[in-house]
Amino acid sequence: MGVLNEEVVDLHVSTVRELNSALHKAHDGEHWRVTNPGGAHNVAVGIDSEIDVVIDGHVGYFAAGMHQKGTVTIEGSAGTGLAENMMSGRVHVKGNASQSAGATAHGGLLVIDGTTGARCGISMKGVDIVVGGNVGHMSAFMAQAGRLVICGDAGDSLGDSIYETRIYLKGQARSLGSDCIEKPMREEHLAELAELLAAAGRTESPSEFRRYGSARTLYHFHSENSSAY
Amino acid sequence: MCGIAALQLKDPALRPQLGSMMHAMLCEIVDRGPDSAGIAVYDVERFVHAGQSTVTLLDSPSSDEELSAALAAELPSAGAVEVRTLGDTTLVSAAVDTAILTAALRAVAPGARQIGRGTHVANLKGVGNPVDLAETFGLASVSGTQGVSHTRMATESAVTASGSHPFTVDDDLCLVHNGSFSNHATIRRGLRAQGIEFDSENDSEVAARYLAMRLREGDDLTTGLENLRETFDGFYTLVVTTADGLAVLRDPIACKPAIIAETDQWVAVASEYRALVDLPGIETANIFEPEPGEVYTWEF
Repeated sequence: MGVLNEEVVDLHVSTVRELNSALHKAHDGEHWRVTNPGGAHNVAVGIDSEIDVVIDGHVGYFAAGMHQKGTVTIEGSAGTGLAENMMSGRVHVKGNASQSAGATAHGGLLVIDGTTGARCGISMKGVDIVVGGNVGHMSAFMAQAGRLVICGDAGDSLGDSIYETRIYLKGQARSLGSDCIEKPMREEHLAELAELLAAAGRTESPSEFRRYGSARTLYHFHSENSSAY
Repeated sequence: MCGIAALQLKDPALRPQLGSMMHAMLCEIVDRGPDSAGIAVYDVERFVHAGQSTVTLLDSPSSDEELSAALAAELPSAGAVEVRTLGDTTLVSAAVDTAILTAALRAVAPGARQIGRGTHVANLKGVGNPVDLAETFGLASVSGTQGVSHTRMATESAVTASGSHPFTVDDDLCLVHNGSFSNHATIRRGLRAQGIEFDSENDSEVAARYLAMRLREGDDLTTGLENLRETFDGFYTLVVTTADGLAVLRDPIACKPAIIAETDQWVAVASEYRALVDLPGIETANIFEPEPGEVYTWEF
C-alpha cells in the first residue's frame, strides 16, 4: 500500500485547515494520502496543482469543492455538495454521494461508483458526471452544459428545466421534469458516451443507454404564459 | 440547522453500550446545534423503573425532598415517590398511571413544565453545550434499548430548555425535528379548537401534538406520519420514537439531511455520516439516505 514519496496527513492529528493549506502549497506530480477523515467537512477543497490525493475513508460536506487540477479519490462515501463548483481535473468517489453532488460544476470529470442523493448535477455548467448507481430526485435540475451519465435509475423530475446538458440513462427515470424529453441516440452520442464510460472505468455498453435533454420550450418567456406568474 | 442522532439496539447484548454509543454520536453533531440539547433514552434503569411511571419536569419549584413529600401527600396510595434533579431537568417516578402522576404534578408544581412522560422514556434537556449536558446526565454510562438526541440551533423560537427537542407530549412518544414548518400556526389553532393544549410556541411541538392525536385515534406509526406529511408544509427531517419503535420521515423535497445506517444489531439515524463513524460494525453497515416523503419504521 502507498506510493513512493507519498505525503500522509492524518486527520486525527492535523486539522482540515492544515490539510487544505498543505495541499494548496503542493507541487505538480506529488502524491498525498489523507487518513482518518471520519466524515469531516471541506476535505481537499480548492486543489490547484497536478497532484494525486487519496482519502482513506468517508468525508462530509463539500469534499473536493472548487477542484481545479489533479485527482482526488475518496475510498468511501461523501456528504452533501461533493465537488461543488469543480472546474477541471478528476474527482472519484468509490462509495455513495449525498445530495447536490457536482452542483454548479464547470468542468472536469466527477465519478461516483455508488449512488447519489437528490439534485445530482444541479445547475451543472460543463462538468461530466458518471454515476455507477442511481441518482435521487431533481437531478440535473436547470443543468446548463456538460454530460450526466447514470448507470442505474433516476428519481422524480429528472432534468427539470434543463438547458443544454446531455443526460445518458441506463435504467428508468421515475419521472421527467418540465421540458426534459427523450432524444434519439445518434452516432456522435454513442461515441461520446463510450468515451465517458471508459474514462470512468465502467463496463456498460453505450447501446444500453437512452439520451435525455431539453425540449427547449422554456428558453424564452412567452407572453401567453404571463397569467402563470 | 440542527443535529439529530438516534439509535435503536436490536441486539439485547449491546444494551449496556447504549449510552456510550449515543454519546459518541452526540459529540459529532454539536456543531450543528450548540445552543441547547435534549436527549431521550428508553428503558434506562437509572432513570425509569419497571412498574412505575416517570415524568420529566423543567423548572422544578422546590427541592427534590420537598417535591417528593408533596407528591406523597397528593398520592397517598402511590408509595414512595422518587425525585431526582439533573441540571435543568427533574425526574419524578412513582408506581401510578402516567396520567395520575402528571395530574398530581400539575396540582403540586403548577409552574413546572412537564417535558417527558411514560413508563419507558426519560427525557433530559438543557441549555448550553450538548457535550456538557451529556456529562450532567451521565449519558455515557447508561444501559438501555434506544434513544434519540437533538442539538438545536434555534431559528424559529427562543433558546430555552423548553424549546429543546425531543418533544414528548404523550406516553413514551418522542419527536425531534430538523427544519421548519410553515403552516404550524394554522394547525395549532385547529388542534386548540379540539381542546388540545400547548406548552410552547414552537413549531415542532405542533407536529408532536398532531402525531400524538393521530396515534390516540388509532393510527399506527406509519399511518400517523403519512397523515402528518399530508397535513404539514415545510422542511423537515423527523425522527419519532415510541415504547417499541423508531421512525424517520423526510419532507417530500428532502431539503434536510438524514442518513441511516443499519446492521443486524442496531439501526442509527443521524444528520451526518460523521455521527455514525464510531458505531461498532459501521464498516459493513447498510448505509443509505431515506427517500423523500417515505416513512421508515423499525420495531422491537
